[in-house]
Amino acid sequence: MELLPTIWFIAIAVLWTGYLFLEGFDLGVGMLMKLFARNNTERRVLLNTIGPVWDGNEVWLLTAGGATFAAFPLWYASLFSALYLPLLVVLLALIFRAVAFEYRGKVDTDSWRNRWDWAIALGSLFAAFGVGAALALTTTGLPLNANGDREGGPMAWFSGYALLGGAAVVGFSLLHALAFLALKTDGEVRHRARQWFVRLLPALLLPIAAWALAIQFMDGKPWTWAAVVLAVGAAITAWLLARRGSEGRAFLALGAFLVLGTASIFGAVFPVVLPSTLDSAFDLTISNASSSDYTLGLMSIVAAFGLPLVIAYQAWTYWVFRRRVSAAHIPEAHSFLPAIAAKAFTTKG
Amino acid sequence: MDALEIARWQFGITTVYHFMMVPLTIGLGLVVAVIQTAWYRTGKPEYLRMTKFWGKLFLINFIMGVATGIVQEFQFGMAWSEYSRFVGDVFGAPLALEALLAFFVESTFLGLWIFGWKQLKPAIHLACLWVAVIGSALSAYFIIVANSWMQHPVGVEMINGRPVMTDAWAVFTNNTALVAVPHTLFGALAVAGGFLLGIAWYHLWRRRHDGVDAVGADGRVVPGEDARIPGRDRTDYNVWIRSLRIGAVVAMISFAGTAVTGDLQGKLMFQQQPMKMAAAEAACHDGTGFSVLSVGNVGSKNCDDVVAVIEVPGILSFLAKGDFTTEVKGVNSLLPEYKEKYGTTLPDNPIYGDRAGQEIQYVPVMEVTYWGFRMMIGFGGLAALAALVALWITRKGTVPESRWLMRLAVFGILAPFGANAAGWIFTEMGRQPFVVAPNPDPSGIDQVFMFTAAAVSPGVSAGELITSLVALTAVYAVLLVVEVKLLVKYIRGGVVSAMPELAHAPADENEDETPRPGGDGGTKPADDVLAFAY
Repeated sequence: MELLPTIWFIAIAVLWTGYLFLEGFDLGVGMLMKLFARNNTERRVLLNTIGPVWDGNEVWLLTAGGATFAAFPLWYASLFSALYLPLLVVLLALIFRAVAFEYRGKVDTDSWRNRWDWAIALGSLFAAFGVGAALALTTTGLPLNANGDREGGPMAWFSGYALLGGAAVVGFSLLHALAFLALKTDGEVRHRARQWFVRLLPALLLPIAAWALAIQFMDGKPWTWAAVVLAVGAAITAWLLARRGSEGRAFLALGAFLVLGTASIFGAVFPVVLPSTLDSAFDLTISNASSSDYTLGLMSIVAAFGLPLVIAYQAWTYWVFRRRVSAAHIPEAHSFLPAIAAKAFTTKG
Repeated sequence: MDALEIARWQFGITTVYHFMMVPLTIGLGLVVAVIQTAWYRTGKPEYLRMTKFWGKLFLINFIMGVATGIVQEFQFGMAWSEYSRFVGDVFGAPLALEALLAFFVESTFLGLWIFGWKQLKPAIHLACLWVAVIGSALSAYFIIVANSWMQHPVGVEMINGRPVMTDAWAVFTNNTALVAVPHTLFGALAVAGGFLLGIAWYHLWRRRHDGVDAVGADGRVVPGEDARIPGRDRTDYNVWIRSLRIGAVVAMISFAGTAVTGDLQGKLMFQQQPMKMAAAEAACHDGTGFSVLSVGNVGSKNCDDVVAVIEVPGILSFLAKGDFTTEVKGVNSLLPEYKEKYGTTLPDNPIYGDRAGQEIQYVPVMEVTYWGFRMMIGFGGLAALAALVALWITRKGTVPESRWLMRLAVFGILAPFGANAAGWIFTEMGRQPFVVAPNPDPSGIDQVFMFTAAAVSPGVSAGELITSLVALTAVYAVLLVVEVKLLVKYIRGGVVSAMPELAHAPADENEDETPRPGGDGGTKPADDVLAFAY
């Protein structure tokens, strides 16, 4: 067993888990803008829970992508080129979503806000679905030839697993967002989020559980089966805690569910990183897809120092903005003051 | 167009677009950090207003850079999988480090800055902005290390047909990168300088035009107030005159910086990519003269079609070598050298698709390299000259009443953007037909190179590429319109558009209401958790 490629397989699993954990709730909050929030004040409560952190959360995706490129260039090249169209959708979704967060409050009309609310909700939905589909397909396989290129045309990647993975991440993100809102808000939004969480937990976790189980039946190892069992236990714990009103612990229990779930999935497929559905001889594994030990060693040193630092200052951010947000905190909408602009248009010459 | 050409157009369009947002982010971020530092140290209200106003414009632009940056990272794998496989061992590392060491820093600390006006102590709040600014400069460093490796591959050995990193120090201190990084940072500052200058000019002009500011008998400005409009007081005058002067000085310093670093780059280019040097000049024959104007078809394959009309002897040698006599090789003498070293036709390898066996075009598209090089220098120089003139014109404290001069100042904002874009287009197009350029220079590793024709994803169809090209271009175009409209709206609105509290301050006594950097933020309730809320 090669040590460095194994370490980097684990590192990439950690980065994806970090991404799903952190951006999971802000993607979910994005979708809830249209599903859950009842008026503009509630939507602003939702937005301001993730306002200071969503961009930092999204960097986990960039880092997961960049680390895959650096540590497993062949995995990166095959996965990203084979999933050309779905990843295009993810990119467009992320573009609209990011711009919408920043621009939504910049013009004070309902139609402007409504347009960007849709951009946030649909952008979050498509991004979560696409990332989930891509992650599921890298565990279940793509029609790759000997060179690692997709055979069979632009839609050859499609399978039921794409839908399952997409639904898995969408469902998890929605639930995670409800747990997050219960923890980060106060008043009506907080209570409704907790109610929804308790009511919807089984349905929203069903697809991700189905994905984890499907992988176990294909490639499960004893310890990954154990992780699945523990994950189910964590989900039940989260449900019980939320019902009791322990919002912080419910959020952490759901986080434990995610960590155990992704560990069971990545652990089961190891050491294959991207199976070929055409011929298992074309499977990409940690051995044949990885960079040289020199590169991996260099990256290991930097990551050993860099990743804990990132976690430390991101944790500090959450500490700084630890207060609950409620409708009472939302200042009246800063209606734009076009004093000079108005004059510029009306004054002649 | 085949898949390769579509993929190249896509990379070009998305990169040039992304790099309209990036220099403004890097340059303006630094300027805002300096201004907020001035506020922290002096407590002068105009510095707070400048921080808020320029900070608002910074954020409207920043988000577009973030949104379009993700496309860049994904694109290598999606459209250029063969490239990614070939270079991954060495090229992936700077990209991963950029995300890990720069993007995290930038996004997290900017989030703290945007939302932390009240939660954080003023010194920490200011430090967050500085950390974010350093993060964006670091990201420029890492991505340019990656790009410079494509211009000048170092620190690798060829193993099984792929470059494998053997010397990380060489990769991360590539001399090409060490001069390109400051060149790019100065280029970014030039954008910020022009931005401040143009917008501040507009507002000073507006104040004169509306009769707020007057000019005394000695030609000096007499700043006034307009009580009907919130925030249009004497402090507002200080905001704009200071912004104008900062912008002009930044523009001039950064042009000097780009000139010095650009000169160093020219000398490296002469050693590392002689064909690019020749193409920059559309020079067919060896010579020493810098062409100010060449006529005829500079892109012609037939060198006799190009006639240099105005040529300054010796200057090209100076650009390349630092003296006035070195003969710089033209296309005619370089072509045989390239053909001998790297072949006359593309190898018969399926990786080249229909292009296998075709003759290799070693000469870049010379219309693009020749004019790109001149547009970069021309726009950059014009902006610096305009900044100097602007400082002189405004020496008595305000701008002339001329509407045309105001328009010139506002549209002049575009010149440094043009210089940035032209420079990148020149250096990337000048590297063709290689995506990783070989280095005839003895210090380089000559056998490390890759033709662009071999880099595209073999499994991705032209249809998929066209879909993404059309989708991305359309979305980018729409978002550009939205961004510019928002910027224009906030610029026209003036400081109060970024500081609504100016309108709600009692009876224009806002000098007293202005929060002091050391204070607790005035009359706001202590449990106001949102300072810069969405």
